[in-house]
Amino acid sequence: MATAVVHQQRGMLSRPMAKTGVWSWITTVDHKRLGILYGVTAFFFFILGGLEALAIRSQLATPDGQLLNADVYNQFFTMHGLTMIFLVVMPMGAALMNYFVPLMIGARDVAFPRINAFSYWVFLFGGLFLYSSFFLGGAPDGGWFGYAPLNVQLPGNGMTYYSLGLQILGIASLGGAVNFIVTILNMRAPGMTLMKMPIFIWMTLVTSFLLLFAFPIIAVALFQLMFDRAFGANFFNPAKGGEPILWQHLFWLFGHPEVYIMILPAMGIVSEVLPTFARKPIFGYAAIVFSGIAIGFMGWGVWAHHMFSVGLGPVANSAFALSTMFIAVPTGVKIFNWMGTLWGGSIRFKTPLLFAVGFVAMFVIGGLSGVTHSIVPHDAQQTDTYYIVAHFHYVLFGGAIFGLFAGLYYWWPKIFGRSLSEGLGKLHFWMMFIGFNLTFGPFHILGLQGMPRRIYTYPDEMGWNFWNMVSTVGAFLIALGTLVFIMNAVRTRKKGEIAGADPWDARTLEWTIPSPPPEHNFDVIPVVEKRDDFWYRKYITEPETERQVRVFAGGADEDAASEFDIQSIHMPDPSYWPVVAALALPIMGYGVIYSNWAVLIGGGVLLILGLFGWGLEPSAEEAH
Amino acid sequence: MKSPLAGRTYRGKRLLFAALAVFALLAFAACSPVGPQDYIGSQEGSQASRSDQLWDLTFGIAAVIFVIVEGLLVFTLFKFRQRPGREAAQFHGNTKLEIILTIIPSLIMAGIAVPTVQAIFDNSAKAEGALEIKVVAHQFWWEYQYPDQDLVTANELHLPVDQPVHLTIEAATEDVIHSFWIPRLAGTQDAVPGRINTLNFVPEETGTFWGQCKEFCGLSHANMRLRVHVEEQGDFDQWVAEQQAPAAAASAEVAQGEELFMQSACAGCHAIEGTNAAGTIGPNLTHFASRETFAGAMFRRTDENLNQWVANAPDMKPGVTMPSGIEELGLSQEDVDAIVAYLQTLK
Repeated sequence: MATAVVHQQRGMLSRPMAKTGVWSWITTVDHKRLGILYGVTAFFFFILGGLEALAIRSQLATPDGQLLNADVYNQFFTMHGLTMIFLVVMPMGAALMNYFVPLMIGARDVAFPRINAFSYWVFLFGGLFLYSSFFLGGAPDGGWFGYAPLNVQLPGNGMTYYSLGLQILGIASLGGAVNFIVTILNMRAPGMTLMKMPIFIWMTLVTSFLLLFAFPIIAVALFQLMFDRAFGANFFNPAKGGEPILWQHLFWLFGHPEVYIMILPAMGIVSEVLPTFARKPIFGYAAIVFSGIAIGFMGWGVWAHHMFSVGLGPVANSAFALSTMFIAVPTGVKIFNWMGTLWGGSIRFKTPLLFAVGFVAMFVIGGLSGVTHSIVPHDAQQTDTYYIVAHFHYVLFGGAIFGLFAGLYYWWPKIFGRSLSEGLGKLHFWMMFIGFNLTFGPFHILGLQGMPRRIYTYPDEMGWNFWNMVSTVGAFLIALGTLVFIMNAVRTRKKGEIAGADPWDARTLEWTIPSPPPEHNFDVIPVVEKRDDFWYRKYITEPETERQVRVFAGGADEDAASEFDIQSIHMPDPSYWPVVAALALPIMGYGVIYSNWAVLIGGGVLLILGLFGWGLEPSAEEAH
Repeated sequence: MKSPLAGRTYRGKRLLFAALAVFALLAFAACSPVGPQDYIGSQEGSQASRSDQLWDLTFGIAAVIFVIVEGLLVFTLFKFRQRPGREAAQFHGNTKLEIILTIIPSLIMAGIAVPTVQAIFDNSAKAEGALEIKVVAHQFWWEYQYPDQDLVTANELHLPVDQPVHLTIEAATEDVIHSFWIPRLAGTQDAVPGRINTLNFVPEETGTFWGQCKEFCGLSHANMRLRVHVEEQGDFDQWVAEQQAPAAAASAEVAQGEELFMQSACAGCHAIEGTNAAGTIGPNLTHFASRETFAGAMFRRTDENLNQWVANAPDMKPGVTMPSGIEELGLSQEDVDAIVAYLQTLK
């Protein structure tokens, strides 16, 4: 709560200090508010990406569909992929990482709160910039991994929006990566050694290192693409000595770690949800940690499995076949350990658990189909067919999205102080589970029946009619399930059951503080003695029976806030500089697209001004 | 007899129905006829059948693992559901089990790796006495050159049965990446500008096999199809001889069509041996009427389709380079009819 304000006037506008109102949300540097902003924005893009999917499925429900012409279809499938990957799965993961990393390690915020804000605004502006292309001549239409030379040759501005939009979004990810690495390594509560951290924190750490090293690679490729398109360069033009395959190598060196970036946070969530709802510790903590790290390293060695039909030669193809087969091993370790977590437990079938179990079940299928792709000669058949589309939807939707929903249902009471309805939650789960399998299960069959990817239509005689129709029905069921979730969220705002600090009887530090948490998170930074420290403050283990016996004084401290003097805690103050600097990036983007040097340079000047203002501003004002 | 539903919880009943529904759908799928590009139901080329054997091995293992893991998951959820009086067992792990469960998948992978690597190397080897064909991919059609037989054709490939072929796969330098795929005969290889890839296989049965471009290449990627006719050696030789012969002589109304063809933009893009038409931008039309289809195997070669195509190709195939005959080249409907009549004589 801000008291009488004496603030420094350094720039044109005085330092924002408000804690309520729209301006307070725009200038916030509080990781919790930024987490909510990330989550709401990502969900909005989920709706857009979902509408694109419904349009695609409607076009393909019958042969010779007339709903979308080739041009519109190509924009829709490209934007569906870009949206779901860069504007939904990654930011929704960022939302939960943002909100819960400081809470789970006993910190009051992240290491760099203004970089945190900057990352969010860059994400929002980058996403809007990308979508503005629909209204300004046409969206990107070269596919989400836009191969060269097609990505250079496609007319219009669409693929230039692609090169600049992803570049901007990459900056957001790099900011987040730096922030989480420093926060996790430096700001853990006393006593929380690395091997006492929750698994979700470990997965965030590995994900952040992957982001840090992968995004610069695609940044290079995107710069080369921008130069080829906007300034007549020839990086990918074989007529002038360029190499189209260079794009593929650079893209997939980024692109494969990218898929682990998308799945590891969800795996972390599942590793928190299962122990809570089975009422026992995670099975094989060290193995899950080390297999996560192993996946992080090995993920760099498999990229050319996306290029098996490019003609790299039998030696390269064999090497990548082997590395792809063996990356299945650490993934298998996780699956076994999650099952080991459930085994012997006392399982409560609440919505978070349903989604977490759904993750495990669907990820097994996606993982197994992934291994079949490593059989290179058969991949020569499977590649670029719907069989591949089936695989990645099983791991990214059945996996990552289900895992993220598990996290949303699990952590919703902590964020908003009210629990989502269990009845509607279960309905959402079953509609989504059945709809998902109806939509993507048939893709395996269609792919094996020879239906290629990225075709806007197919003729009647191919034998693909039935399963395409089934798939479209499933897609609409997913949409209805999503509506149920939205209804649940809206209803819960006013009518949801008030949640206390620890509604699930959970194990980690975020459940020790009120719901929603105060701005400063912890009144007193906790001292941690064990892994799952909170659980062992609540329960002691009876020696002979190993029963968990509740210690009544060991619960969450809900009343402490009213007695504690929060004036003595200094939190970083809000700031508008991150928004200013973030705004500069799409302005520069438009300058490139419209070949307008004034706009480009103007945006650059704004960026520099923004960074200077930011640098000269202290993170917290002295006088309060 | 006790009903299979008796004694099951509500969840159990729903799971049972779901499993039965899935089984019914799959049974239906398995019993449907094999589609023209289906490479699981049937293979007629050496590469396709060999990779199918690898698939059978791998899919078999995957199916077993699927049943065990998912079955165990469902079993665990039932057996350890919360019930009054049950306490969760507080164990943290089992190192021995972890090691076993790491070693077993590694051994399975090693077992699959060996035949896989063998097949990778075998597929890259060119056989003795293989028939050489150069495949050049364009947006949005396929050009085939038979260097040893000195003939050029488009979209429909002819191969003699039981003879190894060695295809070199390319794309024009100014074009984009495509991918040449005849599922029932062999896996795909990309056609990359600036690069030459190869495809080696033996067609093992006669018949007509369908394929299409598999690497997204622009507006009419979906329409860039192809056919392969695998024939007895005698039939193949006859086809070669017909293709090597000059274009069939014109007659009556057809002569007007030929004249229009040569004087309009047509001759600038298309080649017809023995005439002044020597363009290389579009498909070689010397023996156009010997093919079942045209426009990247997108349409059957009927008078009606051909008429619509010559009149307005961009309307029928988005992104195509060929201009509209009536709107852009100023041809009349009679002109189009005559050109079609001429093209249909080019056997």
